[in-house]
Amino acid sequence: MKQRFSAWMQKEAARSILASILSILIGLVVGCVIVLIVAATSDNLSLSSAWDGIRLIVGGIFSTGRDAAGQLTFGFNPTNLGNMLFRATPLILTGLSVAVAFKTGLFNIGAPGQYLMGTMVTLMLALGIPTETVPAALVWIIAFLGGCLAGAVWGAIPGLLKAFLNINEVLACIMTNWLAANLVTWMFDMSNFKNVVENTKSGYIYKTTYNGVATPKMGLDHIFPNSQVNMGILIAILIAILMYVIMSKTTLGYQLKACGANRHAARYAGIQDKRNIVLSMAIAGALSGAGAALYYLAGNTEFYWSTYQSLPATGFNGIPVALLAVNHPIGVIFTSCFMSMLDISGLQLTNLTAYNEYITDVIIATIVYLSAFSLVIKMFISGRKKRKARQTAAVLPQPDTPPAGETPPPAPEAQKGGEGA
Amino acid sequence: MTFLIQQTLIYAVPLMIVALAGVFAERSGIINLALEGIMIFGAFIGVLFVRTMQGSEVFTAAKAAGDWATLQGLEFMAMAVAALMGAIFSLLLSFASINLRADQTIGGTALNLMAPALVLFFIRIIANQNTLQMAEGDAASWFMIKKDMFGYGRSDSMGILGETFINRTYLATYLCILLFIVLAILLYKTRFGLRLRSCGENPQAADSLGINVYKMRYAGTTISGALAGMGGFVYSLTTANCTANGDVAGFGFLALAVMIFGNWKPLNIAGASLIFGLFKCIAASYSSIDINGDGVFLLADLGISAHFYRMLPYLITLIVLAFTSKNSRAPKAEGIPYDKSTR
Repeated sequence: MKQRFSAWMQKEAARSILASILSILIGLVVGCVIVLIVAATSDNLSLSSAWDGIRLIVGGIFSTGRDAAGQLTFGFNPTNLGNMLFRATPLILTGLSVAVAFKTGLFNIGAPGQYLMGTMVTLMLALGIPTETVPAALVWIIAFLGGCLAGAVWGAIPGLLKAFLNINEVLACIMTNWLAANLVTWMFDMSNFKNVVENTKSGYIYKTTYNGVATPKMGLDHIFPNSQVNMGILIAILIAILMYVIMSKTTLGYQLKACGANRHAARYAGIQDKRNIVLSMAIAGALSGAGAALYYLAGNTEFYWSTYQSLPATGFNGIPVALLAVNHPIGVIFTSCFMSMLDISGLQLTNLTAYNEYITDVIIATIVYLSAFSLVIKMFISGRKKRKARQTAAVLPQPDTPPAGETPPPAPEAQKGGEGA
Repeated sequence: MTFLIQQTLIYAVPLMIVALAGVFAERSGIINLALEGIMIFGAFIGVLFVRTMQGSEVFTAAKAAGDWATLQGLEFMAMAVAALMGAIFSLLLSFASINLRADQTIGGTALNLMAPALVLFFIRIIANQNTLQMAEGDAASWFMIKKDMFGYGRSDSMGILGETFINRTYLATYLCILLFIVLAILLYKTRFGLRLRSCGENPQAADSLGINVYKMRYAGTTISGALAGMGGFVYSLTTANCTANGDVAGFGFLALAVMIFGNWKPLNIAGASLIFGLFKCIAASYSSIDINGDGVFLLADLGISAHFYRMLPYLITLIVLAFTSKNSRAPKAEGIPYDKSTR
C-alpha cells in the first residue's frame, strides 16, 4: 500500500491534484481568517457570528437555514445541490474556454465578453423566432448554435490580432470585453425584448419561456426538487468529454498543444501556427458562448441588459476553474462544481449572517494567486514526500485521499481528507 | 473649451500616472497586469482615509472655518496613504513573481480578482451598501480649488488661463503631473533609473555587474504599486466624487494600453494619455460638450448613440494597438522570471 502510494505520488497528475487541494484549503483558510479579523475588530459583530460565517464558508452547500432557536442547521439539501449543478453548467464551459486557450499558450481573459456576445445572440434568437411557426425544440437548437457562433466570432478577434499583428492577447481580450459589454447594452436598448410585462422587473430581458423556449428538465427536477437544474449540465459534461477527446486524441488537438508549447518549433514542424492561434481562440469563444446559451436558455434565468459598466463574473471565474483543474477538460467539471458550491455558500452567508458573498470571491482570488506559482507548491509537495520517504517512520497516507486520475470531489469532507495528505 | 480641457485633464492624469506605474514595473522586468486591482484598492483606501479623517476635530473645524490649506493637506495625506497601501498590496505580486518565479500574468489577474472582492466585502460591512462615500459633503465642497480661495469674487473672471487651470480643479491633478516629471527624470537621468532599466533588458548582464536584480525588481514593482494606488484614489476623487465601489471602469487596463502605445517612454505616454483622456471625456460627457462656445452641442446633435461614445476609448485602443504594435519595443526581459542559475 505504501509503495503503491509513493509510486502514485511520483505521477504528475497526483501532484497536480494535491497542489489544487492545497490551494483550495489555503483559500478557505484565508477566507475564514478574514471573517475572524472582521469579527474581532468590529464592534457590532460577535465572535459567534464569525463561527457561523466560517461554518457556512466551509459547508454552506449543506446549510438548511436556521432553526427556531436561531442556530444554523445543516443537512442534506437537494435544492442547494441542484442549484450548484445549475450554476456549474456555464462555469464548466467558460472553464473549458480558458483551459483550451491555455493549452495553446494563450490567456483567454476575454471569456466575459464572449459570454456576453453568446448571451445576446442566444436571447435574440430564442425570443425573436416565433414559436407559432417554428417548433420550440428547433428554436432552442438554433439559439444555442447562434450563441456558440457569436462567442466564436468574438473570441477570434483577439486571436486574429495576436496571430497577425502580434498584439498581446490579454490586452486585446480586455478591450473586446468592454466592447462587448457596450455593444450588448446598445443592441438590447434598441430591441423590443425588454421585459415590460412585469413592472417590478425593470432593466431585464424576457425569460426565454416568454416565447415557450426552455431547456428540458429530463427528470432532474424530481431528484433535486425546487432547484433550477436541467439538461444543460449533461450537455456541458458531454462537451467537456468531447473537448478531452479533441485535445488529447486528435491531430487538431496535438497541433494546438504544439503551438502552445513552442510556436516557432511548431511552425518549423509544418504546423500553421497562425491558423491554430485563431482557431484556438475561436473554439474558446464558442465554448464561452455555449455556456451563456445553456444558462439563459434554461427558462428561469433573466438577463440584466444595461450591463455596460460590469462584466459577468461567470466569465472571469472560468480562469480559476481552469487553473485549479490544471487545464484538464475532465478536471474542469469537478472544479466548476467546487466553484459553484462556493457561490452557493456565499449566498447562504449573505442570507444567514452579517457577512456577504464577496468573501467567496476573495477565496477564489486566493486560489488563482496560489495557482500562479503552483509549480512551487508541487515542488514543495514532492520535496516533502521525498523527505518523508527517507524517514523510515513515514506516516501512512490518509485512506480517503482521492485515487489517481480522479479530481478532488467538491464536497467539503474530501477537503478535510486532503488536509492530512 | 475650458470645460473640455479640464475634463480631459481629469481623465488623462490618472491614466498618465498609472501608465507610468506600468513603465516602472515593466522596465524592471515584471509585467504588472494588476494595475487595475491596485487602483481599486488604492481608491478604497483613500476614500476610507478621507471618511475616517472627516470625523476628527481638526478637519471638521477646518471645513467650518474655510481653512483650505488644511483640507488640501488632507487630500495630500489621503494620496500618500493610498500610495503606501498600493505599494504594500503590490508586494503580493512582487513576492510571487520575483521570489517564487510565478507566472506574472496569472499573478496579476489574481490581484485584479482579489482587489474588488476584498474591497466590496469591506465596503458592505462598513457602509451596508456597495458604495463607500465620504462621511459628509462631497469632493467638490471639500477639496476643489475655487477662485474665492484667491480672493476673487463670485462674478470675477480669473482670465482664460486661470479659469481653465486654477478655478474648479484639484490639487491632486497637479501633484500627479509634478510627480510624473520627477519620476521620469529618475528613470532616465539617475544611476538608479539606469540600473532599473537594465534589469528589464538583460538581467543576467546587470547581475554580472553587481546589480541586485531581485532588489531592483522589487523597487520597480513597489514604485509601480504606489503610483497605481495613488492613481486609483485620484481617479475616484476627481471623476467619481470621492466614492469607492470596487470598480475603476477598466482604467488600469486602459493605462496598460497607453503604456504600450507610448512605447514605454514617459514623454510619449504623456501625449498618449491626453488623447485617451480626450476620448474618455467625450464618452462621459459628450452631450454637454460645447467645443467653440457658441451654444451648439455638436456631438449631441449628431444623433449618434451614447453607447457608441462609450465604446470609443476601447475601440480606439484596439485600432491604435493594431497600428503601433509592429514598432513597439517592449523591455526584452519583461515577464521572464529571473533565475540566477541561467546566467
